[in-house]
Amino acid sequence: MAKPAGEINAGSMADIAFLLLIFFLVTTTMDVETGIQRRLPPMPDENQQTEVEQINKRNIMVVLINQSDRLFAGGQEMHITMLKDKVKEFIINPANLPDLPEKRERDIEGLGSIMVSRAVVSLQNDRGTSYDAYIQVQNELVKAFNEVRDEFGMQHFGKKYSSLDDDQQRIVREAVPMNLSEREPREVGTRRRRR
Amino acid sequence: MAKFRSSSSKELQPLNTASLPDIVFMLLFFFMISVSFRQTERVVTVRLPEATEVAKLDRKDLASYINIGTPIVAFQSQYGTDARIQLNDAFSNIDDIRDFIAASRESMSESDRPFMTVALKVDENVRMGIVTDVKQELRRCSALRIMYSTRRKSEHYDF
Repeated sequence: MAKPAGEINAGSMADIAFLLLIFFLVTTTMDVETGIQRRLPPMPDENQQTEVEQINKRNIMVVLINQSDRLFAGGQEMHITMLKDKVKEFIINPANLPDLPEKRERDIEGLGSIMVSRAVVSLQNDRGTSYDAYIQVQNELVKAFNEVRDEFGMQHFGKKYSSLDDDQQRIVREAVPMNLSEREPREVGTRRRRR
Repeated sequence: MAKFRSSSSKELQPLNTASLPDIVFMLLFFFMISVSFRQTERVVTVRLPEATEVAKLDRKDLASYINIGTPIVAFQSQYGTDARIQLNDAFSNIDDIRDFIAASRESMSESDRPFMTVALKVDENVRMGIVTDVKQELRRCSALRIMYSTRRKSEHYDF
């Protein structure tokens, strides 16, 4: 006669579950994708006659990285640590110097009329520039714009850009536009095309 | 008074661990659901550059990835050590990007398509030439939202 089936000992269940849990804990990767977000300009239409917008020379700052990762900004060679302050000075033009960008009065909804700088930063690179150098420069440029926006936010709203609400952020974005253009690729400092 | 004393004078009961497996299973299921195994196998080595001004990609499902880097050691005899483009899990050329973008557009719902982001995962030692070619091709495909994937770096410089 068969014995009545005893209860299954579930004492080790916790151990097994723990084992599986630890396996998933170790293998799981909760990496968040981070990076510098950009918008590429649309490709110019070949059939359409594009009128080149003439930008006043004082409003444009050329940032150039050559194939040996040397940096030239505003016509002079500089170290990457100096770039941010140079760009910030260029955007703000605190003393209204005639060789730095002009400002134009603009009416912004929710703030009133304000002087908006017409600065454009133009980034150029060579085919031989290393990606790391390019990203470092991009990073410094974005940081310069971000700091100007933070300062603007502090001045007008008493808060940094990131802690403003959506409408205020829009105002700051309009008051400090991020005009960062990239020149159509071309050879800079041609020696030999690296493939 | 005596009632209380009788209860406190009892032996300390062993902790009831009967619900422990349930708790652990709950955690287990959470991790099983949230885990995302790497869908594609890397055939190029990518060491991302570092940056401080990074933004988080908020919709991972709208991103398609383009890897650029040197082939992994196993493929170096076949493909050399020059930087190559990896789409999905195969080596590709610039011309394949058009199909790749079209395919990833196709897999998204109509309303999400304008928000498609192309994440460029490029090794820090790659030369800009190949990256520029890729960017030009993306412009031709009107995939204009891009992101340069980077690692987050703390604020201070080490140079």
